[in-house]
Amino acid sequence: MTTEARKVPQGRVFPVPIPWERVPWWAVILAIVGVTIGWSVLTSEAYLRVIRFVTVGVRLTLHVTVVSYIIALVLGLIFGLMRVSDNPVLYAVSTLYVEVIRGIPLLVIILYVGYVITPRIRDATGGQINLQGVPAAVLAMAICYGAFEAEVYRGGIESIEAGQMEAARSLGMSYIQAMRYVILPQAIRRILPPLGNDFISLLKDSALISVIALPDLLQMGRLYVSRTYRAFEGYNTVALLYLVMTLCLSLVVRLVERKAAIE
Amino acid sequence: MNREPIIRIENVYKSFGHVKAVAGVSLEVYPGEVVVIIGPSGGGKSTLLRCINKLETIDRGRIIVDGHSIGETKQINKVRAEIGMVFQLFNLFPHLTALENIVLAQRRVRHRKHKRAEEIAHQQLAKVGIAEKWNSYPSQLSGGQQQRVAIARALAMDPKIMLFDEPTSALDPEMIKGVLDVMLDLAREGMTMVVVSHEMGFVRAAADRVALLDEGALVEVTTPERLFDSPEQERTKQFLSQILH
Repeated sequence: MTTEARKVPQGRVFPVPIPWERVPWWAVILAIVGVTIGWSVLTSEAYLRVIRFVTVGVRLTLHVTVVSYIIALVLGLIFGLMRVSDNPVLYAVSTLYVEVIRGIPLLVIILYVGYVITPRIRDATGGQINLQGVPAAVLAMAICYGAFEAEVYRGGIESIEAGQMEAARSLGMSYIQAMRYVILPQAIRRILPPLGNDFISLLKDSALISVIALPDLLQMGRLYVSRTYRAFEGYNTVALLYLVMTLCLSLVVRLVERKAAIE
Repeated sequence: MNREPIIRIENVYKSFGHVKAVAGVSLEVYPGEVVVIIGPSGGGKSTLLRCINKLETIDRGRIIVDGHSIGETKQINKVRAEIGMVFQLFNLFPHLTALENIVLAQRRVRHRKHKRAEEIAHQQLAKVGIAEKWNSYPSQLSGGQQQRVAIARALAMDPKIMLFDEPTSALDPEMIKGVLDVMLDLAREGMTMVVVSHEMGFVRAAADRVALLDEGALVEVTTPERLFDSPEQERTKQFLSQILH
């Protein structure tokens, strides 16, 4: 909201020389390494073969990441609101969810949803509902990250001064209206950085879904390696593609944060 | 004044843990009256004020505002819409402009059309003397300007009663007069006001009655003239001697 600090003098043709300790060296190094690796990869038939093979995995990884992140945001909002509720039942239910899920490794949750819950649901519904495959993976990731996001939302809501709720209520707004129009818009702006970080973490953690035999990026990479015994090119490509995705994501997250800060 | 009181506080008690904030206060406020509550800090002034619109729930006693028992009513939001409140720290919504601050509750609580709500917001901003600041965010306004937006926000709801909780305590000295002038105008227009304040100039100029609250109990309820010229209670004299220097 401080527009003053962001004003840049207009009409300057040459950028100011940056003092060398303020140069983003990590980005420079990354760019040089990226260009070198990118060049050698894109001109090497061996690497292109890997990339062509694992592309389908990239698509699945992105698909699972985006869908489960959206569900996790919704779950997190619902349980986060329950966590700050005065209603003891809502509070107890949401606290139970958060504590239980946060205490179990994601890998275990994925295996559990994939091999315990999914067959049970399938049998109970006579095959009507079958979550096997991508739905199970999405469900597991969403449940796990929903618990993290619930805590992020709770922290954000609690960071808003009590006077905001009081002012809204004193104007005659209901609790829900005050949350929706006064508290949440401010809270969400504050929690954008941790939410963005969790998006990137989720992308990386999505590699775990390969344990339930889903053809995501990692699984496709392993498949390639086991077929060709080219572990070096195979895992180099997998790591590089994850890195490209997370870097792009972190760029998007930064843009969103900056936009929110200006607004 | 022999009309019905618009606020009736009957033997109200409120504690926070072991601390008795309000202990057996009874007070009536009549329509159009300006009542100023004074007293040492920690004496329960703000708590009493906040009980009137149920920002604090009372332990014992009864508060009736405009015919509604605050403790029992199922329509607390409706009752609150009739009671404007101004806070010490303004409590403007920082993500909204001055205008949007004033429009929000008009739309969501009074269900006014957007255009109508904006018209009223502009009028109220003009009334508190900062019409040109309608598009500023709270962080771009001085404390005094923020407090005036807060008053405009409350007034836009057409409240029957205005509560002021130390509205000038957080302001720089040069900002205080502007806010007090707005409050004086309001008092002259016949608004019912309950004000927690130490501004003795305001007490002299606008108060119909003054209540001294100490250790959660009313020490004396009197007119400003009697308060300054011939206070009855020893405690009142003591308090006045401390703040009038």
